[in-house]
Amino acid sequence: MKRHLVSAADLSRDDALLILDTAEELAQLSGRAVKKLPTLRGRTVVNLFFEDSTRTKTSFEVAEKRLSADVINFSAKGSSVSKGESLKDTALTLQAMGADAVVIRHHASGAPARLAQSDWLHGSVINAGDGTHEHPTQALLDAFTMRRHLNPGAGHDLAGRRVTIVGDVLHSRVARSNVHLLTTLGAQVTFVAPPTLLPIGIQNWPCEISYDLDSVLPKTDALMMLRVQRERMNAAFFPTEREYSRRYGMNGLRMAQLPEQAIVMHPGPMVRGMEITAEVADSPRCTAVEQVANGVSVRMAVLYLLLGGAVFTDGPADPARTDSVETAQ
Amino acid sequence: MTSYLIRNAQILGGAPQDLLLADGVIKEIGTGLAADADIEIDATALIVLPGLVDLHTHLREPGREDAETVLTGTRAAAMGGFTAVHAMANTTPVADTAGVVEQVWRLGQEAGYCDVQPVGAVTVGLEGKKLAELGAMHESAANVRVFSDDGKCVDDAVLMRRALEYVKAFDGVVAQHAQEPRLTEGAQMNEGQVSGELGLGGWPAVAEESIIARDVLLAAHVGSRLHVCHVSTAGSVEIIRWAKAKGWDVTAEVTPHHLLLTDELVRSYDPVYKVNPPLRTAEDVQALRAALADGTIDAVATDHAPHPAEDKDCEWAVAAMGMVGLETALSVVQQTMVDTGLLNWEGVADRMSHRPARIGRLTGHGRPISVGEPANLVLFDPAYRGAVNPDSFATRSRNTPYKGLDLPGRVHATFLRGRATVLAGEPAEQDGTV
Repeated sequence: MKRHLVSAADLSRDDALLILDTAEELAQLSGRAVKKLPTLRGRTVVNLFFEDSTRTKTSFEVAEKRLSADVINFSAKGSSVSKGESLKDTALTLQAMGADAVVIRHHASGAPARLAQSDWLHGSVINAGDGTHEHPTQALLDAFTMRRHLNPGAGHDLAGRRVTIVGDVLHSRVARSNVHLLTTLGAQVTFVAPPTLLPIGIQNWPCEISYDLDSVLPKTDALMMLRVQRERMNAAFFPTEREYSRRYGMNGLRMAQLPEQAIVMHPGPMVRGMEITAEVADSPRCTAVEQVANGVSVRMAVLYLLLGGAVFTDGPADPARTDSVETAQ
Repeated sequence: MTSYLIRNAQILGGAPQDLLLADGVIKEIGTGLAADADIEIDATALIVLPGLVDLHTHLREPGREDAETVLTGTRAAAMGGFTAVHAMANTTPVADTAGVVEQVWRLGQEAGYCDVQPVGAVTVGLEGKKLAELGAMHESAANVRVFSDDGKCVDDAVLMRRALEYVKAFDGVVAQHAQEPRLTEGAQMNEGQVSGELGLGGWPAVAEESIIARDVLLAAHVGSRLHVCHVSTAGSVEIIRWAKAKGWDVTAEVTPHHLLLTDELVRSYDPVYKVNPPLRTAEDVQALRAALADGTIDAVATDHAPHPAEDKDCEWAVAAMGMVGLETALSVVQQTMVDTGLLNWEGVADRMSHRPARIGRLTGHGRPISVGEPANLVLFDPAYRGAVNPDSFATRSRNTPYKGLDLPGRVHATFLRGRATVLAGEPAEQDGTV
């Protein structure tokens, strides 16, 4: 396993299964009265959020606290960042404070990659979503959820499972991380979207493409609906909200076209009435709430493995503390 | 004035000869010259080229002296073998008046490392709304003949047409930064396979090609001269080739970085690779090399764009666009064009000196290497191999994409009207000695 989790493409099949299996073990904790392990006692984890995020930040924070880490929340709003401090200086500050791991959410694609490659800080960098690039822990919790429903058991992958991802692929970091991880785990991925919301070059990605949701539904084991922001129609990505819903929205009629065992997933936040109707969102086949719970387990597993539980292939983690001051001779 | 005797130099890669430079001109050329000179230079295995002419340089002064000044920029130019550079207009204030272009021109004269030919803005403040006083800039001491809103595209078709027509009165040329603005809103890199995977906003080739197609048609319609800045795509090459075949007066330039680097480098998210127009694909690189070789693209122009460290030491999206390039241009051209067999040294002289001088109407540059001509010359060592070390640069900025890369060749000496601006690979003093 690599020292940082920047992209889902960084994970080998063994890495991914190790995380999922570890998450299964840690998930048992949530059933107990005392939901806490001493594993990360004395380790400092910084949640560095440059972009508003309620669910991802809360999920990481719960995971960190269940592992007894010292948690520091660093939000861009109201901090020195809003006064013009650079990413570099923020990172150097966190390094000086002794961060063992930094969980970063950033509006700029590639910001976590910059942190991981720089010598600005030495702890593990965990990407909690960067721009329209990647969101690897979301892909891990999605895979975790799919495995529980479609091929449960430690060591199992998603070989041959058909996953359909519908919506704004162009702007989706969830879609990019999922295509990497699901392919690594052996699943077959199909993206469904209007052509305007698919990136140029997607024909070379390891996935199928369709513009027609109805034809794909009967061949789907897990259907993932991506959020579609209403503002996109102002940039002519699609004509109206209603037209989008008619052609690409999930509703009761379409749900009936899915195979019996198929699940409907959503990374949240949902835009009800846009990409998904209430009937589908509230149905027992929809795993949106379950995904949130699984997110905590998966993030616990990632933190546990990166902060000492795993062997790194790219060198040992540097001690995340500043060098001791050299005394003048 | 210091005189120089250059021994055993290969003029344009030819047989070894001696050159005597005195009184600002090439006094003698021959073998075993007996002439007495103040400084004798052993130029064995060195190639003599005409002083290079850059059609596209950002000297940043006035306004961004933290990135570059006319002095540091022209010293970098001399170190790269240039004897004349065209200073782009996107300074602060913008070079859109006779006053600003004269200031830049005068700073160049004072620096003395190479001739600085200011480029005038096409529109007031580069805003694309109202023509700047093009005639006044032409009539000023700076004698402006190249006009460009570089950094921004003159996207209004009517304004572009008028500019093309208007500068005919004084044999001017509009150098267009071809970038359709609506197609490139939020653009961060070449739109293609890599941008899709990286989730970075795409800068599609069509945004460049559609403007070039429109502009060559406009230039043909009004019978004007058009120059296309930093051509970066295979499609642009096709359009320019077609326009030239029609006999239209269209010229084009390509940057060294577009001849060597591709958008695969952006996978690192290292903003040192962020540039406008963006690095394109390997197919584009091959098409650009072929076009430079067959003359469809007339010139290599550096688009030298210095930026202070903090503007690159950050996340990709907020980083400034641009690369320094004056001191590495000739090496990159050797690697991509000469060592590949696409151009000989005569061809390099044509694309980096003769043709750019002709496009900019610089009568004292891009001249033949013969007796009586102004001694604007470069001595270049093509056998040198070494890693690019930004700390050794003369430019004030360090944003080079070639750091640590082994590039062939280095400039041994540069002469501006018979005075050394670079000697033994070091910037020379005003009296032409090191």
